[in-house]
Amino acid sequence: MRRQENIVNQIDWLTIFLYLILVLWGWLNIYAAVHDDTNNNSIFDLSINSGRQLIFIGASFIPIMVIMIIDFKFYDTFAYIFYGVTIVMLLVVLVLARDVSGARAWIDIGAFKLQPSEFAKAATALAVARTIASSTFKMEKLKNQMLLFAIIGLPTVLIILQDDVGTAMVYAIFLVVFYREGMSPILLIAGIVVATLFVLTLFIDNLYLTLTLGGLALLIALYFALAKKKIRVAFIAVGIGVSMVLVVLGTDFFINEVLQPHQRSRINTLVDPEADEKGAGYHVSNSKIAIGSGGFSGKGFLAGTQTAGGYVPEQSTDFIFATIGEEYGWLGSLIMIGLFITLLLRIIFIAERQKWRFARVYGYCVACILFFHFGVNIGMTIGLFPVIGIPLPFFSYGGSSLLGFTALLFILLKLDAHRKQVLIR
Amino acid sequence: MNGRRLIIQTAMILVGIVFLGKLFAIQVADSKYAYKAERISRRKVIEYPHRGLIFDRNNQLLVHNNPQYDLLVVPRNVRNLDTTRFCSLFEITREEFNKKMRSFRSYPYRPHTFLTKISHQRFAEIQDFLVDFEGFSVTARTVRAYPHPVMANAFGYISEISQEQLTADKASEKYYQQGDHLGQSGIERFYEEELRGKRGVSYKIKNAKEVVIGAYENGKYDTLAIPGQNLISTIDIDLQLYAEKLMAGKVGSVVAIEPSTGEILCMVSAPSYDPNLLTGKNYSDNFLEISNDTLKPFFNRPLMAMYPPGSMFKTIQALIAMQEGVLRPNEQIYCDGTLIGDHAPNGYYDVRKGIKLSSNNYFFKVFKRIIQQGEDPSPFIDSRSGLRKWKNYIDAFGLGRAPNIDLPSAKAGNIPGVADYDKIYGENRWKFSNIYSLSIGQGEVLVTPIQMANLGAILANRGHYYDPHIIKSIGESGEAKQAYLQKHEVGIDAVHFESVIDGMEEVVQAGSGLRAKVPNIAICGKTSTVENPHGYDHSGFMAFAPKDNPQIAIAVYVENAGWGGRAAASIAGLIIEKYINGEVSRKWIEDFAIKGEFIY
Repeated sequence: MRRQENIVNQIDWLTIFLYLILVLWGWLNIYAAVHDDTNNNSIFDLSINSGRQLIFIGASFIPIMVIMIIDFKFYDTFAYIFYGVTIVMLLVVLVLARDVSGARAWIDIGAFKLQPSEFAKAATALAVARTIASSTFKMEKLKNQMLLFAIIGLPTVLIILQDDVGTAMVYAIFLVVFYREGMSPILLIAGIVVATLFVLTLFIDNLYLTLTLGGLALLIALYFALAKKKIRVAFIAVGIGVSMVLVVLGTDFFINEVLQPHQRSRINTLVDPEADEKGAGYHVSNSKIAIGSGGFSGKGFLAGTQTAGGYVPEQSTDFIFATIGEEYGWLGSLIMIGLFITLLLRIIFIAERQKWRFARVYGYCVACILFFHFGVNIGMTIGLFPVIGIPLPFFSYGGSSLLGFTALLFILLKLDAHRKQVLIR
Repeated sequence: MNGRRLIIQTAMILVGIVFLGKLFAIQVADSKYAYKAERISRRKVIEYPHRGLIFDRNNQLLVHNNPQYDLLVVPRNVRNLDTTRFCSLFEITREEFNKKMRSFRSYPYRPHTFLTKISHQRFAEIQDFLVDFEGFSVTARTVRAYPHPVMANAFGYISEISQEQLTADKASEKYYQQGDHLGQSGIERFYEEELRGKRGVSYKIKNAKEVVIGAYENGKYDTLAIPGQNLISTIDIDLQLYAEKLMAGKVGSVVAIEPSTGEILCMVSAPSYDPNLLTGKNYSDNFLEISNDTLKPFFNRPLMAMYPPGSMFKTIQALIAMQEGVLRPNEQIYCDGTLIGDHAPNGYYDVRKGIKLSSNNYFFKVFKRIIQQGEDPSPFIDSRSGLRKWKNYIDAFGLGRAPNIDLPSAKAGNIPGVADYDKIYGENRWKFSNIYSLSIGQGEVLVTPIQMANLGAILANRGHYYDPHIIKSIGESGEAKQAYLQKHEVGIDAVHFESVIDGMEEVVQAGSGLRAKVPNIAICGKTSTVENPHGYDHSGFMAFAPKDNPQIAIAVYVENAGWGGRAAASIAGLIIEKYINGEVSRKWIEDFAIKGEFIY
């Protein structure tokens, strides 16, 4: 009894409160997205997504209870086991699974379809936390860094093999966690520079871009070589310049030769969304029209014409934010984004108050994974990011996604509830 | 490590701010998306109201609406189509079918019009097979239909609004839209507003598959369609059909008016066409054919054909002279054929005999008395004031101006006045001797058949008339149009009419209008043989009957049919007999009129 009381007192109710708001608001939005005046289904109707989502919401209390009951040290102890199990499941998916909208990601379990990649995120987070928290771990050691990259690289490769590049990209966000735990920022900066060059390649003619970059690097190199007599710095500048040109050319090659046509058109859509409103740009242009037509205060619950008319494809899943934008307007978007940012900052706050490194690293993993999903998902619905099919946590329709994110978050809350016991250790 | 925490937190907040900024730009600052959303998801649905029907004075249906069908196709829903069977059923070739389907390819979820104007009969034939053609459906529209194929010019026709009409409407009422149909002539045009009603507009929200899923803004901007009003015509369709039968194969007009009300009982414009030709599928072809006809069936003769009135005009001359006090009804005036060519014998004439025998010389003298009253020693100045007085009377008879009739395009005719002769001869350089042909209704004077029918009504009423009109009442209330209850006096005392009317009675009993004589009806009439420089003279006859309590006034013109006493008098007599007795006993006259060989 004492222990139970302890949990109730120690658990972070603010986070749970935010979680509940997001989940319930998400549920209402799913109803709005699938609702149709002509057949007037109830929100509880199990034949539509909102009814099923309610079951998933109810079902998510099972893992919540299980997580709360199981001893908090269990996650540390079994981190690698979880990781191993999900890797096996990802392998099984590759062998068994069938096609669902281009990506092979499902395992049928009776009537349910399980998507292991949604759980792999939590498992990888535990494995990363366990690794970094081990007493022998030093971020400075290349060997340790390599181990971390291997941990996040394995699921990435397996998920890419499932043809689900969007979900695979999530693992890149672990770099931010590594950065927080002491990794040199150079890798992050290099990543950001590569991303910037990638975008520039899309918008600017390659010839100009390579000439400008190469010329700039050459000028800087000459400056250091001749004026400052620092030959070494000049060589570095030339090296950076050459790498940047290579990135540009590589990007071009990557987009035109490596990417599949549907991925290429998604990127082209980002550059010029109006170019192909009926084809590749259909998702984004309709999503933007729905959101943009919401105005300042929105059209009201179930009153969104674009939402009700089904103009935005996959609106209850990946494009759920279009519903908020249309029916609640800018004000609703402000509240929604505000709630999310509050949740993210709260999670970082929780992570930072952990004395146990395992819990802190895990907390950062949770914050970063949620942040990545939030940023990419909303970014794509408003045309700031290419269309990458990843869900908006807690909002998007989908059992695996909701259960996965719920488990991810509540494991942290469980660890946090016991943070004072950890002191003893 | 606190710095790194801060960087991470800042990055998260920054992303949120960037999103809110972008959202502000597309949601609040830019109205383009709201406009696009409306364009995509809103559908304007127009409900065309039922166009008003037209009945005759005895509530017989004259004009009604017939359903007509358009075949629609939603290309995406077309499945397992037996194209060969489809093409043979709808009488199109495989190439036409493919061409049409190809043109719809861009919007496969949207309904497209595949065929238009499928008639009711044709629809009945294919209706049962439609279920076999998945993806195809029909919508009904209505077109005008006429149980009796007559009165085409009076009813007028309906067609799609022209660009000019659209532009004019944009500047005034702002009711019509591209593709709307409206009355272009006749009753359809004059009573367009009453007949059309008011169309309803509703805004619907449609989904991505073009299916309507609800009302836009709960129907806040929707309006209900108001059906058009029915019209009760003054026409007696049985009389009309009889008159049409008599006028078949001839060129000319018949107008019959009820003198006590001004209601038009029948109105024939010959040659005419079947009004059903200008409804439905073959509108364009038929329209072209009718407009190219050398006999001009679109020319609405009763209102638009202008002829010199001829001898009918003598009735007015006698009345004016008596009202002016320059002629007494029994005054005996000696006339011989010296002043003007004449068919009447030499001898003494009074008003009655002058009308009966249509003496040109008598009316030459009568008109001279009106024009030259001796008020001024100069015959030029005297003629000026005389003509001015005369014209005032003529104006009161409704001549020289378009009748106030509820049909478009009625012509004014022409009554020359002082200014006209000044223009021809110069001021004070003309006198009676220049204008004497007016005395017998020739010269510069022009009238239309409806004006002469109205003259018949004025004579029947002994000095007043009501504006001739073709619609008795509008809508449910059944009230008459106020304007048509207005009595117009012509300014001639009733007493002066008797000698003229007696003369007109004798025209029919024993004069040139003998062929109009009906044994038990006292018909008063006057023939006209309208001089025609281009061919045979036009035959004209104006009459009313019975002499006491007149029920009908009529004017008949038959072009190129010679003497007024033959074609026109026969037809007028038959119509009067038909109207008053309900049947025609004089079959030989009927045969004569229908046969139409008036020149011998």
